[in-house]
Amino acid sequence: MDNKENIALDYRYELPVVEGNLKKSDIDDLIAAPLEKKANKNFYISLALSGTALLIGVVCIAITLFNGIGVWGNNQPVGWAFDIVNFVFWVGIGHAGTLISAILFLFRQRWRTGIARFAEAMTIFAVMCAALFPVLHTGRPWLAGYLFPYPNQNGLWINFNSPLVWDVFAVSTYFTVSLVFWYIGLIPDFASLRDRTLSKTKKIIYSILSLGWRHSHRQWQHYEKAYMLLAGFATPLVLSVHTIVSFDFAVSVLPGWHTTIFPPYFVAGAIFSGFAMVVTVLLFVRKIFHLEQIITLNHLEKMNKVILATGMMVGYAYAMEFFMAWYSGVPTEQFVFINRAFGPYAWAYWIMISCNVLFPQLFWFKKIRRSTTAMLVIVILVNVGMWFERFVIIVTSLHRDFLPSSWGMYSPTLIDFGILLGSFGLFFTLVILFTKSMPAVSMSEVKAVTEGAQPQHHGVSDHE
Amino acid sequence: MNNNPLFAVAAVYDNPDKIISAVTKIANSGYRKFDVNTPYPLHGMDGAMKLKSSKLGFITLFFGLMGAATALLLAWWTLSVDYPLIIGGKPFFALPAFIPVTFELTVLLATVSTVICMLTFFFRFPANSYPIHDTQYMKDVSGDKFGVYVEAADSRFDLTELTILFNETGAVRIDQIYLPAKEVYPLFQPKFLWFLFSVFVITSIITYFSLNKLMYMEPFDWMADQQKQSVQKMSAFYSDEFGMRTPVKGTVARGFIPYKYLGQAVPADTMKNPLPPTSSVLELGKKKFLTFCSPCHGNFADGDSRLRGQFVNPPSLHTNRARTMTDGFIYHIITNGQNAMPSYSSQVTREERWSIINYLRVLQKAKNASDADLKMAKKESVSDGK
Ligand code: HEC
Repeated sequence: MDNKENIALDYRYELPVVEGNLKKSDIDDLIAAPLEKKANKNFYISLALSGTALLIGVVCIAITLFNGIGVWGNNQPVGWAFDIVNFVFWVGIGHAGTLISAILFLFRQRWRTGIARFAEAMTIFAVMCAALFPVLHTGRPWLAGYLFPYPNQNGLWINFNSPLVWDVFAVSTYFTVSLVFWYIGLIPDFASLRDRTLSKTKKIIYSILSLGWRHSHRQWQHYEKAYMLLAGFATPLVLSVHTIVSFDFAVSVLPGWHTTIFPPYFVAGAIFSGFAMVVTVLLFVRKIFHLEQIITLNHLEKMNKVILATGMMVGYAYAMEFFMAWYSGVPTEQFVFINRAFGPYAWAYWIMISCNVLFPQLFWFKKIRRSTTAMLVIVILVNVGMWFERFVIIVTSLHRDFLPSSWGMYSPTLIDFGILLGSFGLFFTLVILFTKSMPAVSMSEVKAVTEGAQPQHHGVSDHE
Repeated sequence: MNNNPLFAVAAVYDNPDKIISAVTKIANSGYRKFDVNTPYPLHGMDGAMKLKSSKLGFITLFFGLMGAATALLLAWWTLSVDYPLIIGGKPFFALPAFIPVTFELTVLLATVSTVICMLTFFFRFPANSYPIHDTQYMKDVSGDKFGVYVEAADSRFDLTELTILFNETGAVRIDQIYLPAKEVYPLFQPKFLWFLFSVFVITSIITYFSLNKLMYMEPFDWMADQQKQSVQKMSAFYSDEFGMRTPVKGTVARGFIPYKYLGQAVPADTMKNPLPPTSSVLELGKKKFLTFCSPCHGNFADGDSRLRGQFVNPPSLHTNRARTMTDGFIYHIITNGQNAMPSYSSQVTREERWSIINYLRVLQKAKNASDADLKMAKKESVSDGK
């Protein structure tokens, strides 16, 4: 956009959250436009692309189900491979959504309003993609009910000591809470859409979805309280989820996994990759749906700053792992890390280092932070790098551990790649359908942060 | 124009400051049944409406504690009471290991019940219709206007006074909202019944199909059909088509002396029973007898087989013939088989065979006890066997 003007921005003052002096009714029109207009060619092209990827995934999953997971590349000693790599990758992607919607809400960051809804939706879709992999890895997904404690005919209970059971609880709680949080945010918007729409069927659908919402302040009062409570719970929840995911590794005694730095390191990595994914998708969404005034360059710049900060945390963690390996004096531990950087999977390691630590450093330059093309390239690299981070952690630690006689190599099969592609297909198909069927930006929240939206002098304020 | 009773009188404003001052005035004049509708929450409105702060937090607290308690109790009861298992050398109640699940359940219950309680207690869900729906007023406040209405049911309700008040405070428009015509939906409409019926039929079909058909199809059949030889299955590989294999004829394991009298119907000589009838030997003998002999010979060796005529009924082992057989001869029968009775040498080890024989002797004695034996038994039980 108008780069020159923006570069002269004065950061000492709060930048307007919504640009271009949009009126409140314009905001509604803008946000509701994709829902009310007929879909154009671009929509169908992108849907066809992502749908194809999804179909490939479905076919590969069907092959897996029919033949068992022997069709994957997993072997001894690399028993955890693509499935867990992808699981951790997708769960991590999801975390940005909760961070934006809950943590930034608690910090009263008003710029979150433009991107929160979208990021929350991405959380839900990413967790759906993530859940796919461990469930498939069990080999018989239709028996997944055994993962939950219920009195069954075998008289057996689940093992509450196991990190894998913690995972089940963490991911399912995370999914449920994210979904509820997202839906709560959508209720007022569904009500607004219900009152806008001229179509009869849409009206019925929106009436049902909006649960009789009438924008009454007597409702808003409880609503805001509930929203705050949910944000307050979602914040520790998001930290706990990736902590527990990291426990899957850290609680074992495998060199390269058994370290206490894992929980914070994983959480930072999750936020890092999640923000990268949000920026990637938002860049397209704001362009396609003309939301540049609501999802402004300032918002993207702020997200890039978060990416820079978390990228450096991740870099610190990489360095710390090496330091601890040396400092611990455990030979196997030291070997695993040297093997990581210079062994047969060194290429993966250096892709990870360059994509996660080196390239994000370019965000120190304001020009690059505010250039849409440059940031698109960098955030995609970050996504690639974070996928490789999980690959490096899992595969390089497993393929050579204590006993040289049981060392081995891992290479994925076509089916592995097909399911990975399919998960991207699922994700983007859901994202595309979401942008077309629900308000991708929160109407009520954005309206509340426009200029002159709030009273100048608070009457008898007991608010916050 | 409208015969329905008046529900409320409403005013629409286009400026947040104006509505706050109007609402302050309404609340100060003593109106209770009024409400404010704004497209987003306005700062300071709680004070202007004189609302007490939301009590939702208590619900969250209560259910959060419930979640924590549920998780801990469940983990404790399942892993240390109902089915105690030692896992990784941890104690049965390994509190640190239960923390993650406890935390997750706390969050889950707290958030979900907060939302459900908010919807049901404060928003009157599932009732979702309200008189102001489908009015121009609602459309305005849904978009970019701010509105306030006072219900006709309020005891102080005075149309003219309110109109003046609204006008003074700068309302853009004043509306009168009427109650919508009452709609009645009888519960037992044919359409509704049809709907219920079809739901019933569809759920039954799906349930039947998935439980009785799907779960027996590949690959959902618990992988029952696998490419391996399992017991009792025919084998296409071996010429005799038996899946279960016995040792190759004539092979002798190391340190194992083959049975001398194999194949002789009536052996020239028999072996001596090496095992004394100690209680552990009898225990083992009972177990093996019940497993291997009782299907044909009956639990008490009465010859009452459980085979329902699918196999020749064996004789009772309480006959004179059986009681006077030497231990070595019974051993021979088990090892070698006799007429219809097959050899059990591949299923029952040597020690087990002798134990079974000792146990069989106990059964025989019990069935044919004389008065002297009973006296003896009584004496032993009184003196505790010493
Ligand atoms: C498959 C059914 C079956 C099983 C199992 C079986 N038997 Fe027999 N048993 C028979 C039949 C039938 C006879 C009668 C054989 C005959 O006609 O001589 C018999 C005969 C005997 C006899 C000789 C009785 C007599 O009066 O000649 C003894 C002793 C005996 N079984 C002991 C055992 C013992 C001990 C076991 C457990 C290891 C056992 N049997 C398991 C079917 C069975």
